[in-house]
Amino acid sequence: MFKSCAGLVALSSLLLSSAAMAQEKIKVGVTATLEGTYTVLGEDGIRGHQTAINTLGKKVGDKEIEFIIASTDATPDSAVRAVRKLIEQDKVQILLSPLSGDEGIAVKNFAKTRPELTFINAASGAQETTYVDPAPNFYRYNMDGAQWQVGLGKYAYETKGYRKIATVGDDYSFIYTQVFGLVLEFCGAGGKVTNRQWVPLGTKDFASVIAALPDDVDAIYLGLGGADAVNFLNQYQQAGGKAHLMGGSIMVDQTILSAKGNAKNALIGTIAASGQADTWEDPGWQKFVKAYQDAFPPNKRFPSPSLLATNYYNSTAALILALRQVNGDLSNNQAKYREALAKIELDAPNGKIKLDSNRQAIGTNFVTEVVDDGKGALFSKVVKVIPNVNQTLGYDPAVFSKIGLPSRTVPECKKY
Amino acid sequence: MTRFIERHPAWALIVLIAVAVLLWLILAVWPPGLEEAFGRKRVFLNAVFNGITLGGLYFLVASGFTLIFGLMRNVNLAHGSLYLFGGYIGYAISAWTGSWILGFVIAFLGVALVGIVLQIVVFRRMEGQDLRQTMVTIGLSIVFADLMLWAFGGDFYQIQTPSWLVGPVELPLVTAVRSSGEAVYLRYPMVRLVIFVAAVVIGIAMWLALNRTRVGMMVRAGVDDRDMLAATGVPIQLVFVAVFALGAGLAGIAGVVGGTFQSISPGEDTRFLLASLVVVIVGGMGSIPGAALGAVIIGLAEQLGSVYIPTYAIVVTFLIMVLVLALRPQGLLARR
Repeated sequence: MFKSCAGLVALSSLLLSSAAMAQEKIKVGVTATLEGTYTVLGEDGIRGHQTAINTLGKKVGDKEIEFIIASTDATPDSAVRAVRKLIEQDKVQILLSPLSGDEGIAVKNFAKTRPELTFINAASGAQETTYVDPAPNFYRYNMDGAQWQVGLGKYAYETKGYRKIATVGDDYSFIYTQVFGLVLEFCGAGGKVTNRQWVPLGTKDFASVIAALPDDVDAIYLGLGGADAVNFLNQYQQAGGKAHLMGGSIMVDQTILSAKGNAKNALIGTIAASGQADTWEDPGWQKFVKAYQDAFPPNKRFPSPSLLATNYYNSTAALILALRQVNGDLSNNQAKYREALAKIELDAPNGKIKLDSNRQAIGTNFVTEVVDDGKGALFSKVVKVIPNVNQTLGYDPAVFSKIGLPSRTVPECKKY
Repeated sequence: MTRFIERHPAWALIVLIAVAVLLWLILAVWPPGLEEAFGRKRVFLNAVFNGITLGGLYFLVASGFTLIFGLMRNVNLAHGSLYLFGGYIGYAISAWTGSWILGFVIAFLGVALVGIVLQIVVFRRMEGQDLRQTMVTIGLSIVFADLMLWAFGGDFYQIQTPSWLVGPVELPLVTAVRSSGEAVYLRYPMVRLVIFVAAVVIGIAMWLALNRTRVGMMVRAGVDDRDMLAATGVPIQLVFVAVFALGAGLAGIAGVVGGTFQSISPGEDTRFLLASLVVVIVGGMGSIPGAALGAVIIGLAEQLGSVYIPTYAIVVTFLIMVLVLALRPQGLLARR
């Protein structure tokens, strides 16, 4: 009895899926970190994704795009599991995935095993993903962690007069890439990075890490994100910390600046760099902020979109716009669609974006400073806008390749 | 104590020397050579204090676990879920009423109630069947985890520390001496100290209740021989329910503590279940002083490990467990 019942269910689901095919739907799988340390980041990413759908619509000619969302927890195996599930169970044709650095490397490697599908990176920013042995069917419309730090090192050294800094960061590829970008520029300008502390992603108890922060430095760089950053700031406040701070791209971000409690006030005046700045006056950016704010009630969103929302917005926009260019044609292993994706130039809210030969974004970067708007909300204020940042950060590719891949100790603190 | 010294004079000497060295490390101003080799004293002292205060939290979780095991021989693998549930209740209450203390009270009562229901509805039906109970608690922990994920989402919650506990206090421990001869004292987060003191008070209260009251006597008798106790006419089921409620309630309090100085989220249940398992294995299943010792050892190992050997910090905890299992499988302070 049970067996025949199960058989019936399987049969009907088969019938259902073939019926769906007949309606000419294009299925797109989306992953976001809706569990674990980066939950808030994933949730806002999905808001950005939804904002793009609201703005652009789901129609491609006479077909409609169907988005299926799967959850991950920022670990590479959770991302591969989610992607596999989307491909094998939901039969998606295009993937918008993933959010976090280590996930990106894993999904890129997985993409090679499914050459007939197309992968569009949602928001992950490890350098290795597109720099080392890139997958031909993996496209990234956001910059990597190192590109997002361009301008910060020089600004800290020249304008703020910091000479010696120490870093604390989550121990994984994206933060390695961020520290890579920072160290390269800061040490290139003549600064010294005396100490790099790495903590496992998902660390709860930062008390000993905070105690081990050196006193004899001008500033401390924080490369943390999500719940780790909030935990750190709370415990930093309890320990009475008073150092100058510098922030990475997901540290000085609405996901942290809008956190509950007043521990985040330690970030006022913190300098940071990222692929966006909350108070940028560019009309395109303002329009995007408005669209984001209009799409969700104030208690279900941040005052202004986070970097993740922007990245998901851009990647979703690229996905839809390129599909429209080819009129939804995914035949011949999606060859035409891929060509369109490679060529597309996005007029994104955070500046123009185009892809290089590795299908990695070249875009605009922002140096920012955290300000209080007077009503208790914190925002990142633009200090400097740097257009056309490429993956080799303006270095000659041959020189750049000698620096090595971002890791706990690479790059060395010297001028390359 | 004297018996231990008589039986193991060599071990006693080693322990004595270790304690003396530790005290010297904590109290003395470090000579420059030591600072160079070992890092700054401030870092060491902080790690030690963090380890002990973290041990306080682990003790709160593990003491309930070990108490339930000691009396009922029930390895309650849903104990982590009780911790997490307590944290969520504490968060909801303190966010709603603004009172941190009230959060503790309601979390204790709420989770104790869950414990009572669990004991009456589930465990009483399968008394004495260890394996079956263990399997059921695994199942329950999965169900609870999903229910809580459904109700509270995947987000992180942090219970706001009341304003009178925010910030550091200066302790009369010298960390360094400035060139001017002025001493620099250790600054340490107030909230962690308060929580540690509370854990010690709870621990002592439990010890007194077990060793100096009539109910405690029944519980101890039950630990030694349950059947004989029941035969003497003690309402053993009532004792079981009371102990289960107390153990669960302590896990609930620990949840509020954990939510205050760390944060609560899905996944914390298994983390704390694992921590309390390691703590009771090291300390000895069923022993309250054992849970206290195990909690401090594991807390110190985690924190000192994260400062001095960050890459291998996770290994240290399990290394201790392996060593204890190899050398003294019944646990450090187990009675049998």
